[in-house]
Amino acid sequence: METTIAGQTIALNNEGYLTDLNQWSREVATHIAKEEGIDLTDEHWPVIEYLQEQHRNEIPLTIRKVGKSGIVNIKEFYALFPGGPLKKASRISGIPKPASCI
Amino acid sequence: MKDIVILGAGTAGTLMSNHLAHRLPKDWRIRIVDQRKIHHYQPGYLFIPFGIYKEEDIIKPIEKFIPERAELFQQSILKVDQENNRVYLENGTTLDYDVLVIATGTDIAPEEIDGLKGPHWHKSVFDFYTLDGSVKLHDKLDTWEGGHLVVHIAEMPIKCPVAPLEFAFLADAYFENKGIRDKVKITFVTPMDGAFTKPVASAHLGHLLEEKGIEVVPNFNIMSLDGENKVMMDYEGKEVSYDLLVTVPTNKGADYVERSGFGDELNFIPTDKATLQSKVKDNIFVIGDATNVPASKAGSVAHFEGEILLENVLRFINGKELLQEFDGHANCFVETGHGKALLIDFNYTHQPVSGTFPIPGVGPLNLMKESRMNHMGKMAFKWIYWNMLITGKHIPFVSAKMSEAGKNFEEANV
Repeated sequence: METTIAGQTIALNNEGYLTDLNQWSREVATHIAKEEGIDLTDEHWPVIEYLQEQHRNEIPLTIRKVGKSGIVNIKEFYALFPGGPLKKASRISGIPKPASCI
Repeated sequence: MKDIVILGAGTAGTLMSNHLAHRLPKDWRIRIVDQRKIHHYQPGYLFIPFGIYKEEDIIKPIEKFIPERAELFQQSILKVDQENNRVYLENGTTLDYDVLVIATGTDIAPEEIDGLKGPHWHKSVFDFYTLDGSVKLHDKLDTWEGGHLVVHIAEMPIKCPVAPLEFAFLADAYFENKGIRDKVKITFVTPMDGAFTKPVASAHLGHLLEEKGIEVVPNFNIMSLDGENKVMMDYEGKEVSYDLLVTVPTNKGADYVERSGFGDELNFIPTDKATLQSKVKDNIFVIGDATNVPASKAGSVAHFEGEILLENVLRFINGKELLQEFDGHANCFVETGHGKALLIDFNYTHQPVSGTFPIPGVGPLNLMKESRMNHMGKMAFKWIYWNMLITGKHIPFVSAKMSEAGKNFEEANV
């Protein structure tokens, strides 16, 4: 499915995750974050950039990995993205939902 | 004389030693290191708690499967000195190599979660990812009269990601057969957003959980466990209590990886996902669960990787360009209880879908659908494992790269 954010057409899967990271922008992130009930602050962006970089390097993400990133610890990660931080932060960052094989 | 050293003689290391013994030029010596004496058929761990297999059904001597051409060192690995192409063993032996193949897999690390290991370990909190754990869990289930059974995944990645779900399904059938299903509540606790995380699998299989009366607690990231009060806490303050906890703890790569300074924070080794060459050094290759590639940690993956890694090791020693061929192919039977199973086939880019396997349009196995034939396939697989898979023989009709024929990919376009 497609949606329009800040005048730009964005492709999303049926769970609302971007299917192409190239379509991501800060405006898109801010818009998706609002849908998740989160107002992005200066503390969110370094986490988002870290997640995107890991994704580009095809490194699977875990809460532990984010906690050891040196950017936030696990408690801070929860505070920034309450209620499923990795899932919500991934959606806001324009990368796929963390998933198992099935 | 040139030297290739293989670290680890589990599924991946053993099958690579056999592949290499057949194809490496005569002036190459093969040496393989593993401190253990017994090779475990690891897919069998799942069945031991329910009395379907016994310990003796799933073990054989490691040396029985190592080819004559290879020399086996039954020693622990101290570290790898990648600068000087040398492996140090704990008894002081050093092995110099021209090419190193790392196949030391992954193991559970319960000590990673605060409170998980304690006096309650293997009393009210069990794993089934070790032979010891699954045997002790069998003894427990044998006499357990009921209560709240929690099946739990600590964090991803784990070996055989479907095994915890299979455990929950088999437990449901086990207690039903015992006539005490009404005395057992089964809960599945996962850090993911559901028991099924892929849309096609959710659509086809979501009903199984409801039918079997298995409750799911999603998005639970365990922070600590209180063994005395039998409760798990997550980072958001959620709690799950249990009478009997069957957990899959954090999975980590081997300790020497950390000592050698080339693993990630879970000791998995940075590896090129298409060539299986390590990102540590050109002459180090990695296969099976030890890699950090975004494929499932499963024996079938190691098997498919083996065929491609063999070609790449041969190309490397001949100074040729490596094949970028590994596609993340995995093929897994999923037990659903009562003598039925599913089969799933997928790779880096394609999620599991429905269809037929291995012969397009014919089968005899069904993808993503419960059947008795699939269960028979799973049980027959033990023979294939010992006689074909780890001995490096090609399994008919099943190619290293995933076949797209006979599969309903249009359902994945969501």
